[in-house]
Amino acid sequence: MVGRARTLVAAVAAFVLLVVAWELVKLVLPDDGVVIGDTRILPHTDDSAMPHVWTVLGKLFEPEVAGAADARTVGAAVASGALFTLGLALGGLVLGGVLGMLLALAMQRFGLLERAALPYVVASQTVPLIAIAPLVAGWGGKIAIMGWSWQPWASVMVISSYLAFFPIAVGMLRGLNAPDKSDVELFRTLAAGWWTTLLRLRLPASVPFLLPAVRLAAAAAVVGAIVAEISTGTRGGIGRLIIEYAQSATGDPSRLYTAILGAAALGLVAAGAVGLLDVGLRRYRGSVR
Amino acid sequence: MTRAVPGATGVEAGPRRGPRGFGNVWPPIAFGIGVLVLWELVVRIAGVPAFLLPAPSVIAEQIGAQFPVILSTAAVTGGNALVGLVVGFVIGVALALLAARSRLFGELATPVVLAASAVPIVALAPVFTIMYGSATEIPRRLVVTVVVTVPVFVATARGLRQVRPVHDELMTALAATPWQHARFVRLPGAVPYIMTGLRLAAPAAVIASIVAEYFGGLQNGLGSRITSAAANTAYARAWAFVAASIALGLLFHLAGLLVERLVTRGRTA
Amino acid sequence: MNAVLLSGVQKRFGEVHALDGIDLEIAAGEFVSLIGPSGCGKSTLLRVVADLEQPTSGTVEVGGKTPHRARLDQDYGIAFQQAGLLEWRSVVENVELPLHVHGVDKAKRRVRATELLKLVGLDEFAGSRPSELSGGMQQRVAIARALAPSPRLLLMDEPFGALDEMTRERMQAELLRIARETEAAVLFVTHSIPEAVVLSDRVVVMSPRPGRITEVVTGERPGADQDVDDVRESGAFFAAITAVREALRKGHP
Repeated sequence: MVGRARTLVAAVAAFVLLVVAWELVKLVLPDDGVVIGDTRILPHTDDSAMPHVWTVLGKLFEPEVAGAADARTVGAAVASGALFTLGLALGGLVLGGVLGMLLALAMQRFGLLERAALPYVVASQTVPLIAIAPLVAGWGGKIAIMGWSWQPWASVMVISSYLAFFPIAVGMLRGLNAPDKSDVELFRTLAAGWWTTLLRLRLPASVPFLLPAVRLAAAAAVVGAIVAEISTGTRGGIGRLIIEYAQSATGDPSRLYTAILGAAALGLVAAGAVGLLDVGLRRYRGSVR
Repeated sequence: MTRAVPGATGVEAGPRRGPRGFGNVWPPIAFGIGVLVLWELVVRIAGVPAFLLPAPSVIAEQIGAQFPVILSTAAVTGGNALVGLVVGFVIGVALALLAARSRLFGELATPVVLAASAVPIVALAPVFTIMYGSATEIPRRLVVTVVVTVPVFVATARGLRQVRPVHDELMTALAATPWQHARFVRLPGAVPYIMTGLRLAAPAAVIASIVAEYFGGLQNGLGSRITSAAANTAYARAWAFVAASIALGLLFHLAGLLVERLVTRGRTA
Repeated sequence: MNAVLLSGVQKRFGEVHALDGIDLEIAAGEFVSLIGPSGCGKSTLLRVVADLEQPTSGTVEVGGKTPHRARLDQDYGIAFQQAGLLEWRSVVENVELPLHVHGVDKAKRRVRATELLKLVGLDEFAGSRPSELSGGMQQRVAIARALAPSPRLLLMDEPFGALDEMTRERMQAELLRIARETEAAVLFVTHSIPEAVVLSDRVVVMSPRPGRITEVVTGERPGADQDVDDVRESGAFFAAITAVREALRKGHP
């Protein structure tokens, strides 16, 4: 218990130190930053570039649109945007995750499929698939599936899902292939078919590989959702909020900072959700790491 | 067959099965060609509209037509990725060394790095743009730097922790000082892990570089070309730039792989 | 002066009583083996001499000094069951390691390391990487490394345990030759009765935990003019093995 308490204290202390460092930088560095030749080495540190931490936090309670009737606070706007995006990111994670796991199962079953498709799946983790985001965004309003016309948020979820798809497919396949040859042969001597071997040996063995992959996929899905929202101009999400607040930031950047804090919180919540999955599957985690 | 190591996030996917040599090479090539042919046929025959998916032949034509622009924009995006990769690598290794040296620093740094790996760092792009102005590449390079620091720190920290017990005892038996222990055993032992961190960070640098461009600022990189081509409904052109981005990512990955192999050659697996 | 002197040594790890009242003297140039069932404390005893563990009570002297002093002065060389070669160093650089750590200059290190590699018969592999060598060869390099500071005492913790029987017998012959040429005293931990008997002047048989010395049997270490293979087939050799086996059984009801 002491160990856990200590990690918690360390985490809190670290963030407090970051806040202190922020204010210190504001205090010490010149307002206009430092320019050497043509390049700015140190940033602007005046209030219009780096607001004080308390200004940003205070902003959360101010109304989003001054003087409007039925105004919600900036904090409420950020929270609702973050939740909206979280929903899409998690939806994408689940969609991409399920498809990825299915592909991994298929590749485990059919060696030829693995040999043919795996290099592409693996390579896809090294290339910026997010580059396709503006193109998927272009589907908005132009296609209809069985009478349901393509909504912008669907683009966001699709983009999120394909970013989650690849790491999970790779991680799941490694996990399914992880058992020792001797374990697999044991199951064969017990006359267990592919399906039984899958359920009793390969799936449990794949958990320690799947979890880091899901963690990676969750982070990718969150980034994907935010970028997709920007590309598609989807209203209601945090991506759109960041761009909007960035545009009005010349006077007052603290709103932008609150939106970014919201995005950060979103990432942490998604990571937390994966962490819960980790705890839930603790029994299968094995002695890894 | 050896057990694949989970969490050692390489791009391999477990023990190799199936025939060696040519038998292992033709399936992916055939698959790739097959997909391209199928794609071309489906688009032509089923009349798939360009906004959904242009035909490979049209995309290839655009790649040819846009080649000079592709090169110049790729150089910008690649340049940002490279600068961020190098700086992020140095910072990541330095922080990990500090964390290994000082338990306090390690305990403070770990939650920050953990949080950084969960949050969308690219969302910081607008903040950096405000700090540095929108007429410079620095905001994007900063984003890449932060993105790269995380995997490099994690990999280096892991490498510094992995001392084989027999090496540890050997150093004690040789009455080595803590500095000698680090110099002779811990640091050289960590090198393969640091190189793996570099290999993993390299394509991430390209991805971050492109994504950072979607948040506004200078319009001279691959990401901005994709967005503007899509906005102008020049979809084949957009896909040409997407193909270039994919090539850039692969290039960085291969470079990272090469560096890793070169530095760790001669050691045991 | 004795190479090693242990007097009334006790070692407890919390509840576990590892060593109980060990008295042992090892003369200069003497080859002594420690043998006993698993968990009898033989490795612990070796580690106490090496200053890798501290005795709970009793005195230990290594060449007249405390083990701590002996370790700081590099008066002994140690070989573990795993060769523990550093994979990023070449074979000769691995042998140089103790000298490198202690600031001996490059030229001198290289001369000494090369001479040691010749002693263990691996001078052709000086530039190779450890990953290119077999288990037996790696262990020979580890022994060469242990000899680098010209210690008067060699401590060896089941160094041949991971090798197959044929390689083991070859390595035993090598070790006998090296011990004779360097005139070092050797404290050797092993599980193997024939190995203990063929290598040692004396075989110290230990009881199960808590480790005590049950009996000391005279070994059949070959003299300078004897062939080790002849010794392995002699009647005295088999008699000594029987004596050790009976001593082991005595402590192990």
